[in-house]
Amino acid sequence: MEINPIVLKFVYAAVVVSVIMGLCSYAVLAERKISSWIQGRVGPNRTALPLVGGIPILGPFLTRLGIFQPIPDGLKFLFKEDVLPGHVNKFYFMMAPVISLVPALTTVVVVPFGRFVNEAGDVVPLVLANVNVGLLFLFAISSLGVYGVVLAGWSSNSKYPFLGGIRASAQMISYELAMGVSVLPILMWVNAPGKEGTMNLFDIAVAQNGFWFAMWMPLSAIIFLVCLFAETNRLPFDMAESETELVSGFHTEYSSFKFGLFFVGEYAHMVIGSCVFTLLFLGGWNPLPFVTLESLGMGQGILGAVLSVGIFLGKMCAMMFFFMWIRWTLPRFRYDQVMKLGWTILLPLSIANLILYIFIIYYLDTGL
Amino acid sequence: MTDIFFYIFSIVALAGAFGVVISRNTVNGAMCLIVTFLSMSALFVLLEAYFLAVIQVLVYAGAVMVLFLFIIMLLDVEESAARKTSVYTWAASVIAFGILIVGVVAIYSADSIRTKAESLPEASGASLKAFGYELFTTYLLPMQLTGFLLLIAMIGVIALSKKAKVDS
Repeated sequence: MEINPIVLKFVYAAVVVSVIMGLCSYAVLAERKISSWIQGRVGPNRTALPLVGGIPILGPFLTRLGIFQPIPDGLKFLFKEDVLPGHVNKFYFMMAPVISLVPALTTVVVVPFGRFVNEAGDVVPLVLANVNVGLLFLFAISSLGVYGVVLAGWSSNSKYPFLGGIRASAQMISYELAMGVSVLPILMWVNAPGKEGTMNLFDIAVAQNGFWFAMWMPLSAIIFLVCLFAETNRLPFDMAESETELVSGFHTEYSSFKFGLFFVGEYAHMVIGSCVFTLLFLGGWNPLPFVTLESLGMGQGILGAVLSVGIFLGKMCAMMFFFMWIRWTLPRFRYDQVMKLGWTILLPLSIANLILYIFIIYYLDTGL
Repeated sequence: MTDIFFYIFSIVALAGAFGVVISRNTVNGAMCLIVTFLSMSALFVLLEAYFLAVIQVLVYAGAVMVLFLFIIMLLDVEESAARKTSVYTWAASVIAFGILIVGVVAIYSADSIRTKAESLPEASGASLKAFGYELFTTYLLPMQLTGFLLLIAMIGVIALSKKAKVDS
């Protein structure tokens, strides 16, 4: 039976988006559990599904892990009263949560999450759209996400959200520069003379069959990681939210489902950010540096595809854990410190790093 | 299919541009401008100039407009009341409109637009490497000049915004 390729694309997209949404809801659970471990608490351990929770040993075990917690969390977002304050700009107030979530889900299309070696021996990337300018596309679309935060702050028409919105825009401009410059060494290496020119995320991952980029470009990796924290608005850079100073920042006036969209949007940005970091610096789906699935003899067919997706997701989850670990360990920066760090340390450092790698790659290419 | 998309995005781009001109609220204006930029990048995609399309979003919609919004919010620009338009503004807009009409007529009456090209030019924007190579070889001088222009603007901003030193 022939399926219309356009319909097939829609099906793939729906599957990938629902996987991302599922990851987001379990990331919330993970966040709660990890925070409670770090603070010496137990965390969510009461919610039980009527039938599954009744299975003798397994049921209580899963309940204690909080596996069912995302369901009531999600329902709470849906069924709580949706307050629309009278002093807001209604159009932008309604639009803002959507604007903050949509870019995060859109960027998924260029993220490859595995590869499949078919019978002819060709390596097929598992990705929705394998475009040449993938990395730039990802940066471009994810930079649109800040409009959600800025518009939410502005349209709420009250002081604290407004400050949150302003901070978000300033922070985003400051850190995007350093972020962009920090990945240039990778692109120079992947596009070195004699190689096929590309900005494709799949090719970047494949280029790490030997060294992972985090290993021989550690400074790039660190700068990129710091900027990633800033761009996803995660602590210690959550200036837009900063509940000790700004109540709850840009989403102070939001409630119910609209707040839920912001909440999910933050985790979706985190998921995408972790995917990108894994692809750029942690070798994509290669199990270890210098060890590929092919060299282990497990790269063929369905097994290889499943393994590659599994390894990729594993690394991504490790990155997510790192995000949460940092959040519950480090205190928040002061706002002026954040700005200073971005402009006077990270940006010069990333430019210096770029110049250094220009020379290194030049000498590696011309053979000294 | 491509034609339909072309018309959709053109209409959105024009509507956005129109919105920028008529909106009294500055934030509305900025948002309309973003819509215009986004649909323009969609037009670039239809021309298979993917790199330009992405750069359009990254630079204009992603960075420049965030800066615009930041300034608008920071200055807290009030919704400007309907002011009386001065004679100069009228004259300038009439002249600009006249030039625009002349330009559109001139382009439309040119033969190269009306007749279909024999062969499509090679889409060098599709391949990043070709794009970069052309930019730094054939078009090096315009590139350098643009960079120099930006440098002048940057130095100007720094000179203007730097506070004069007060001797104590």
